Amino acid sequence: MLQVKNVSKEYGGNSVLRDVSLSVKPGEIHALVGENGAGKSTLMNILFGMPVIHETGGFTGEVWLKGKKAEIESPKKAMEAGIGMVHQEFMLLPGFSVAENVKLNREPTKPNWFSGVSGNKLETLDLQKMGSDTRRALDKIEMDIDEWLPLVGMPVGYRQFIEIAREIDKADLSLLVLDEPTAVLTETEASRLLSVLKKLAESGIGVLFISHRLEEVCEIADTVTVLRDGEVIATMPKTETKLEAIAEMMVGRKISRSKTAESGRAIDEGNILEIRDLYVDMPGEYVNGANLTVRRGEILGIGGLAGHGKLGIANGIMGLYPSSGTLIFDGGEIPLNNAQASLEAGLVSLSEDRRGVGLLLDESIEDNIALASMISRKKFLKRVGPLPVSVLDRKAIREHANKMISLLEIKCTGPEQSVRRLSGGNQQKVCVAKAITMEPRLLLVSEPTRGIDVGAKERVLSMIKSLNRENGITVVMISSELQELRSMCDRIAIMYKGRICGILDPDAPDAEFGFCMAGKGGIPSD
Amino acid sequence: MIDSFKQLINKIGLPRLTIILFLVALLIIASVNRLPTSMLLSNSLVRIGMNGVMVLAMVPSVQSGAGLNFGLSIGIIAGLIGMLVVMEFELMGFLGLITALLIACVLGAAAGYLYGLILNKVRGQEMMIGTYAGFSIVSGMCMFWLLAPFKNPEMIWVVGGKGLRMTLAVNDSLAKILDNLWKFKILGVEIPVGLLLAFALACLFLEVFFRSRLGVSMKIAGANPAFATSCGVNVDKMRVLGTVLSTALGAMGMVIYCQSFGYVQLYMAPLMMSFPAVAAVLIGGASARKATVWNAVLGTALFQTLLTISLPVTRSMIQGDISEVAKTIISNTMILYALTRKEGDGE
Repeated sequence: MLQVKNVSKEYGGNSVLRDVSLSVKPGEIHALVGENGAGKSTLMNILFGMPVIHETGGFTGEVWLKGKKAEIESPKKAMEAGIGMVHQEFMLLPGFSVAENVKLNREPTKPNWFSGVSGNKLETLDLQKMGSDTRRALDKIEMDIDEWLPLVGMPVGYRQFIEIAREIDKADLSLLVLDEPTAVLTETEASRLLSVLKKLAESGIGVLFISHRLEEVCEIADTVTVLRDGEVIATMPKTETKLEAIAEMMVGRKISRSKTAESGRAIDEGNILEIRDLYVDMPGEYVNGANLTVRRGEILGIGGLAGHGKLGIANGIMGLYPSSGTLIFDGGEIPLNNAQASLEAGLVSLSEDRRGVGLLLDESIEDNIALASMISRKKFLKRVGPLPVSVLDRKAIREHANKMISLLEIKCTGPEQSVRRLSGGNQQKVCVAKAITMEPRLLLVSEPTRGIDVGAKERVLSMIKSLNRENGITVVMISSELQELRSMCDRIAIMYKGRICGILDPDAPDAEFGFCMAGKGGIPSD
Repeated sequence: MIDSFKQLINKIGLPRLTIILFLVALLIIASVNRLPTSMLLSNSLVRIGMNGVMVLAMVPSVQSGAGLNFGLSIGIIAGLIGMLVVMEFELMGFLGLITALLIACVLGAAAGYLYGLILNKVRGQEMMIGTYAGFSIVSGMCMFWLLAPFKNPEMIWVVGGKGLRMTLAVNDSLAKILDNLWKFKILGVEIPVGLLLAFALACLFLEVFFRSRLGVSMKIAGANPAFATSCGVNVDKMRVLGTVLSTALGAMGMVIYCQSFGYVQLYMAPLMMSFPAVAAVLIGGASARKATVWNAVLGTALFQTLLTISLPVTRSMIQGDISEVAKTIISNTMILYALTRKEGDGE
């Protein structure tokens, strides 16, 4: 029914999809799996004719629907062609009732006095038909809520089902695309959703299902396609595959690790940081009782799929999101939910949200490097004559910034340039410079290479490595890129559902990593 | 040549350049029409000194992320109370001025603290809430002026003998005390050195403050709250502190204004006083997210000179007084213009 043929897509020179082909038959549940950045969302956007695709130069390749070549230029065209999409973020109006949301912009209407004159825009809504249509759609997915209840205050799980109801209410729906529909659901809700999807498929609708959760995929999919780095790695019927095999295909990369024996590495057996029973309330990255110890002098990696809490760990430790548990750093306990205390203890974090948290975009490079240290370490201050007042020491800041710019090879017009105008890689270098200036005892690095070019990637990673080797700074590195972790770390902890699922050696086989990321065992954490 | 001219425009910003050119045109017309230009300039200087500190009060409020302080009336009322207390006890000269400033500062800081707590609860709408908070306080204080236990017969209504009058004259030893301090004349222009010095001191204080650790923390809290939090800065505290500073400066600015004006105006008089101050700092090139001491100084100078000069010049050409109208039109247009822009210009 749906056939995608040799689709490729580039974003500004970066190819994100290469020669992707897949097909979905009526009544089939087709699962699309892959790591973050594998190109799943881009493929969805192409199928749904999202404007972002056409604004960035379109794509090459063909999409066929029901045996005809389809030109999907806009979401409207996609809808007319019978493609329904359930988005990762809800596209619902909270103040409207369920029925109004389901029928939004497709309301049945009947003529009235005005509409004869002014055309159908002023026709009266046929509320009765709206209600009964919605009821029918809700019944199909076994939802027993009142169709006239407003959406406000409904649990997220309900909203997900209402989105699905909206799609199946469309008369000519033949293909339903779901982008990580279970990401925000509880387990019972998720299993209900899966059974609903099965029923829908039985009624002859094709389902294209994108997910991180491999158990789900194995439970309901008829066919599985694995996408990695924009390429289709394999398409196979579910019966011929196993969870571990899929996981391995998702993460597996040729490993170009050159592990030379390093002399003089002093990794203490003593622990510098102990995390006990940590819970962090970071939306989308919840941590649910993680236990982890970090040895003095090592680089510890934390990996895992998105949404399993690896970012929550760093943000929880730094006191940026509400958390509970125990943190013992260098023998002393650090109070949680207190950013100042974490900083004072010598913990420094390189945020994953570079532009949002890591930088002052409109300020100069030198200020970005120096101000955080000025505030938390009281550096770069000087007295005003005999007065008991300290002000910024501009000269020292400038000198330090110049040193950092040449050390990290930050490409800029000078220390006064505003950070907004720098490329992603150079912005990250400024963040690294800022972190170094804070004189960390333990450095938490989150997604250090996200969105930066190859050259800068290497510079940033080698800088982190040399901080560890030469300055003896313990590093905890959190990354979605397993390859990166394996080339940098001494041990790699894998997170699953907010807990540490296992700690692996970087040389462990791919299968073991796949296993861990899918929540199956590994070596139990301490 | 053209490039450097473009650079100049960029640096000053088109709105300020327009105003400067307009001012020059006004001055030319004034001298052609044989108006006393030197007197106009002296008056301008006095008005700059009178209003400067109140305009300066906008800077900490914007820098801490609380937006333009439309609730400056709260500080202004604190300043009025300071003046009233001094007048009640008939404190003379500099003793009176300093007492008034002290009372204004303390009351302003206290009121600013409470106001800051409110602003923290209405993030993103500070300016609208501030406007209404200012309006309510002014109206609420009308009752206070009637009921307040002031006894000085010079201050209370003559008939009935209860409640403060609408307009009170500041006694001679206090009126214009700063204006007259070290005043000298040059080329016919009177320079109110004391007044301008007070303004300069306030500028210097803020300038140093925003280079200190506390001041930089406040600036960062305003520029990027997430960044500030990750540096261990308590963003809420900084916003309260910014509002406290702004309100206290507004209060002291009002004392300076009153001594120069020579009258204390009560009841509904302070209602719209925050608007010219907001307009002035915006004319100086500030935005709702960024404001510097320089913006305040430049803005006050341009706005007040414009108001002072345009009145007699227009009167010499057409009949009638349009200065109040001009003030309202200019200030509100400027506020409208600036609030539709995201970034301040002239940087």
